[in-house]
Amino acid sequence: MSENLTPENDPAARVTPASRQGKTSTRFIEHFVAPLEETPLAAVDKVDEEAAPLSLWADAWRNLRKQPLFIISALLIILVVVVAVVPQWFASVDPTSCTLDDSAEGARAGHPLGFTLQGCDVYARVIYGTRASLMVGIFTTLGVLVIGGIMGALAGYYGGWLDTILARLGDIFFALPLILGAIVINQLPAFRDNRSVWTVVVALVAFGWPQIARITRGAVLENRNADFVTASKALGLTPFRALVKHVIPNSLAPIIVVASISLGTFIVAEATLSFLGLGLPQSVMSWGNDIAAAQPQVRNNPGVLLWPAVALSITVLSFIMLGDALRDALDPKARKR
Amino acid sequence: MSINGKGTPVNSRSSRNDDAPLLEIRDLAITFDTQNGPVNAVRNAHLTIMPGETVAIVGESGSGKSTTALAAIGLLPSNGRVSGGQIIFDGEDITNVSEKRIIELRGNSIGMVPQDPMSNLNPVWKIGFQVKETLKANGLDDGNSKARVAEVLSEAGLPDAEARAKQYPHEFSGGMRQRALIAIGLACRPRLLIADEPTSALDVTVQRQILDHLDRMTTELGTAVLLITHDLGLAAERAEKVVVMYKGQVVESGPALEILRNPKHPYTQRLVNSAPSLSSRRLQSQKAKDVLAAAVEDIEESTPDVGDGAHPAPVHVSHATPSSEARKPAGKGDTILEVKNLTKEFKLRGALGKSSQFKAVDDVSFTVKRGSTMAIVGESGSGKSTVAQMALSLLAPTEGSILFDGVEVNTLKGKALFDFRRRVQPIFQDPYGSLDPMFNIYRTIEEPLKIHKIGDSKSREKKVRELLDQVSMPAATMHRYPNELSGGQRQRIAIARALALNPDVIICDEAVSALDVLVQAQVLNLLNELQEDLGLTYLFITHDLAVVRQIADQVCVMQNGRIVEAASTDEVFNNPKQTYTQDLLNAIPGATLLV
Repeated sequence: MSENLTPENDPAARVTPASRQGKTSTRFIEHFVAPLEETPLAAVDKVDEEAAPLSLWADAWRNLRKQPLFIISALLIILVVVVAVVPQWFASVDPTSCTLDDSAEGARAGHPLGFTLQGCDVYARVIYGTRASLMVGIFTTLGVLVIGGIMGALAGYYGGWLDTILARLGDIFFALPLILGAIVINQLPAFRDNRSVWTVVVALVAFGWPQIARITRGAVLENRNADFVTASKALGLTPFRALVKHVIPNSLAPIIVVASISLGTFIVAEATLSFLGLGLPQSVMSWGNDIAAAQPQVRNNPGVLLWPAVALSITVLSFIMLGDALRDALDPKARKR
Repeated sequence: MSINGKGTPVNSRSSRNDDAPLLEIRDLAITFDTQNGPVNAVRNAHLTIMPGETVAIVGESGSGKSTTALAAIGLLPSNGRVSGGQIIFDGEDITNVSEKRIIELRGNSIGMVPQDPMSNLNPVWKIGFQVKETLKANGLDDGNSKARVAEVLSEAGLPDAEARAKQYPHEFSGGMRQRALIAIGLACRPRLLIADEPTSALDVTVQRQILDHLDRMTTELGTAVLLITHDLGLAAERAEKVVVMYKGQVVESGPALEILRNPKHPYTQRLVNSAPSLSSRRLQSQKAKDVLAAAVEDIEESTPDVGDGAHPAPVHVSHATPSSEARKPAGKGDTILEVKNLTKEFKLRGALGKSSQFKAVDDVSFTVKRGSTMAIVGESGSGKSTVAQMALSLLAPTEGSILFDGVEVNTLKGKALFDFRRRVQPIFQDPYGSLDPMFNIYRTIEEPLKIHKIGDSKSREKKVRELLDQVSMPAATMHRYPNELSGGQRQRIAIARALALNPDVIICDEAVSALDVLVQAQVLNLLNELQEDLGLTYLFITHDLAVVRQIADQVCVMQNGRIVEAASTDEVFNNPKQTYTQDLLNAIPGATLLV
């Protein structure tokens, strides 16, 4: 702007008459004064001591527990978690005791969803398959949070060359599709020979962290120049401790939202890998494996494929709904000022 | 024409009996539906605007002044509604008319200039397009719109309007954007212009020019103006009539100068008494006043000819500023902060890796005496905050030195720097940003004690209680979170945190700029009392000369990174040497109205 002559920096425009007198009207203007009783004067800037103290998290919780979206998704997630921890409460039949006598049989008493081609109880398999899927989802999310969170926080907070290197590294991983990357990793001999929940987790974490890193970096960037961070540095806090004590806690909200949504997508990714035969080993019961096993039978016996797929969808949907509800409650713009 | 308590028009005794009011608001009530039930934002509001008249609504934030004005143009937020009363524009009741009719009125009958010039222009469209849009919406696009757009823009004081119309908002400065918004507001020659804090975001000198221009334009066009402002001085200077709102009600209204000189309602009296723009004295605590009174008596006894005569005393103005020696303990007049030839250059990144140097601070020198207040005044971009950052040792200077108690600040490392931090503390401008929203008040104030490992948890809690008491906050506030407190309260918490380590110097970077007038006065008084009780030294960074008068002993006026004038506060105010200082002084709204 400096080369442009604007009315604001034009010295000639800075004419300053000595004093201004204010305007007086030729009309009569009544001087109205409201009676004092109508609006009693309050003390200037008094603290409201009546309302209960409320932290941001408590505020978010109060907001959340009224949201139907949150209530439904939370109930579903609790159900899924309980099923994963104690499946025997929900299914009395052993999902591994299969007899070919029952092969592809329909539903009957005690076996509400019928049998697979191998003669296993579909309902029991869906219930027992929950654990593997949920474990992959949870541990992948934790891993992604740790790696992506650290990378993103360091990149955003320190900036400069560290940011450049970490951001490019993230972009390289970001450019590879999650599933494709996981397929490649799971094909490596070390992974192929020791397939378990953990190999799937490692493969997904390796390609899933850049998303969290980006979100964290953005949130940290937003907060690192906040006055309260500068104030704490002026109090003598080292920059790193300011990051840990002030910047990261204030950056958590968007990270939590994205993490809960991606938990759902990791479960889908696991199912996809297992379906392709590259995820969990056949010995581990999982929805992906069951869907894969049912796929050749889909026209004769669609129920066998349908039920694990429904379980998968409900679980993923509830995590995504939880993420949406959290986003509404934690949105920094909606925070009352 | 005027209004009375019942809100019915009383015929005026003026010579222009044929005049009918242009806008009349009678017993207006506005209700907002919130999560916690309906909230009455405005009750019993009444005001009358005659054609061509300027009326100002004055009030603090949350008083309902903007809401009242928005109701008149049918722009209430979706959860708000008019729950009572009438809005009559030009004889037509527009309280509950159809959306269609309101849209007809907007633009060509009632124009609007919004508050924030930064966010009220669409950044993806050229200025000219946005003016044309207004003309089109009101059916004034007669094929020759290009010339009309240029005309409208040049009327608003934008030179070279045709070229300017082809620019985007980001190419304009704040003042120019506000001019563009005024151009848009007046493009269709409305009979009433609602100006909602049109200049609050601008520097004082720019504010002055814009308001002067707006004044001229509306007088020429005969447009009536409804000016919404928080500044009583500004309202009194620019409007014929002032309406004071408090808690959603009109508490006083009448001729501007009358309200200013003879406020009747206690709230208005409070406003007049604490408006910094109207004050012309340094704040004093009661104790200091007594000491001074005794001193003055002594002087009067010995030299009877030095008395009130030397200082023509305005309405509520006390005597001259007490000399700094009178206000601080003996032996504490030595220099605590010395800034020598301070320069700071920033690298500006240009195209294709070319970078240029930008001198934010250019050869600045000053000294601050222990127990006194040094104010650094300047407009945005003058480098004043950069000086503060360097004095806090949060930014390394390019050249020059800062001596704190005789020790060079910028070479401090490790333990010495840590100890320096204990003695120099900041208070920042934005009360919403300076406290960690995740920390409750107790943790916020305790943090400095914890960092410096002072005391155990019990003694820390005691100290936090003392500090809260010092800043006049109830001890129960400890368990609250910043989001539950108002701006002024947060600023007091920030002061308590700064005091926790018993510092020698507090650097206030625009510490009161974001606060309402009354709250600002309260915080300034607090700062002043603390200075007297604790012998604090302040480095006070501000853009507001009016505030300087109330708090500072010495002033440095900065412009474009340089100090253009440095002297004692009285000298700068009574006898400014530089035209720039004079400009700044003249730009204080309402400064000349009381005396």
